[in-house]
Amino acid sequence: MRELLIVIAFSLGLLVLGIFLGLFIRGIDRKFAAYFQSRVGPPLLQPFYDLEKLMIKQTIIPENSVSWIFRGAPVLALASTSVLLIYVVLPYLYYLHGSSGPFLTAGDLIVILYLLMIPAISLIAGGFASGSPYATVGAQREVVILMSVEVPLAIVVIAVAWKMSQAAGGAHPFSLLTVASNPIWTGMGPMGILGGGLLVLTLMAVVPAETGKVPFDQAEAETEIAEGLLAEYSGKYLALYGLADAVKSLAFTALFVVLFFPHGFTDLTGFRIVIAGGDYTFALDILLFIVKVIIVYTVAITAVRVAMARLKISQAAKLFLITLSMLSIAGYLLIYLDPRISGL
Amino acid sequence: MNTAKMLKKMSRSLWAFHINAGSCNACDIEILATLTPRYDAERFGIKLVGTPRHADILLVTGTLTEKIRENVLRVYHQVPDPKLVVVVGGCGSTKGVFQESYAMAGPVDTCIPVDVYIPGCPPRPEAIIYGVVKAWLKIESLEKDNAAAS
Repeated sequence: MRELLIVIAFSLGLLVLGIFLGLFIRGIDRKFAAYFQSRVGPPLLQPFYDLEKLMIKQTIIPENSVSWIFRGAPVLALASTSVLLIYVVLPYLYYLHGSSGPFLTAGDLIVILYLLMIPAISLIAGGFASGSPYATVGAQREVVILMSVEVPLAIVVIAVAWKMSQAAGGAHPFSLLTVASNPIWTGMGPMGILGGGLLVLTLMAVVPAETGKVPFDQAEAETEIAEGLLAEYSGKYLALYGLADAVKSLAFTALFVVLFFPHGFTDLTGFRIVIAGGDYTFALDILLFIVKVIIVYTVAITAVRVAMARLKISQAAKLFLITLSMLSIAGYLLIYLDPRISGL
Repeated sequence: MNTAKMLKKMSRSLWAFHINAGSCNACDIEILATLTPRYDAERFGIKLVGTPRHADILLVTGTLTEKIRENVLRVYHQVPDPKLVVVVGGCGSTKGVFQESYAMAGPVDTCIPVDVYIPGCPPRPEAIIYGVVKAWLKIESLEKDNAAAS
């Protein structure tokens, strides 16, 4: 009972911190984007200002919308992304801290795959309920993206889980704790590392698609379909979607880090930081984790969104269903064959 | 929350929706030029949005034609309160060279309340930024009035 209370308290704290960190990382993202285009860029706290402003703006519910779905969808999006963030980050923090708890094996990759779908589905429901043709087009595009992204993402997850089932002797191969404590790169030959590289590449293409950023923001294309899914949203509900987007970006980049670069400070250097009898390694680990998340965010989202234009929806679907699926299967095969070939 | 605080929060993050009410496109290109790295309007928190529902400022270019009059009015009502209207270019401010035209319903302030006029054919990006600063000043003077009243 006491452990459960601790988990709940940690989750709530993590959620509040996650929302702040997510918004802050968005500010960093905009600053970096400005830097890449040799601009000054907005202040780091700009996402907070935007949110503050949206909270005081009038909230319009369109007359021909399905009101309860229109109001419920942003709340559901924020709730599900919050659960996603907790499911991804909390087991990892437990692992970094080296403590055990009832939550440890609960963070399961399959659960995360399904949780990733709920924000997208609530966006789709909200879009269809808006009663605007633009939002309907956006919702249809989101359905296409959702279905095509699922395939390479599932293959990456299966590849990682297969590797874990080899490394951890078959115990909880889908658990995030197993993934974090056995980094995928350990004990790999050159072929396996190449395969892992292909998986990283695939997941890097999946990140902007899952978070709805250029070049895969067809569903929210502001110039062609008037912000698509969000066309009718204003005020508080738009702010909720902004929060959900920030939290989801943070959660997904955190998932990326946990899947492929889970090394803590002790894993990397082999010693712990002890100052005046207190062990500060955990604090340093959290800092390292945040830095890694920011690096992944900058490389996979900011740099890509500055460098590329929006793809057509058919091109995006083809890219995910054919090219990236093939790429991830190739990565899986390379990882699978690696121990067999190195053993020869 | 009182109006002064509200307006102050708004001035740090102004999202603009651009509507073309029969412009020749020169002003529209200058608005885009304002967002380019050279002038970088984003550093003030200004950005262009794709739908009036997200907007705080309505940027209207062009003299108002008879055909688009109703649509401009409709878009104005689609923007959630509080909102500002900025007219960009001489046509929208005074009807410009189209004074005698039978097809023009303008200027824009015959249709919707306008807060700031930016003259020029087309106005330079500096002028557009100055116009937005004027809108800020208007917000601030409203703040002061509000503070004096309360």
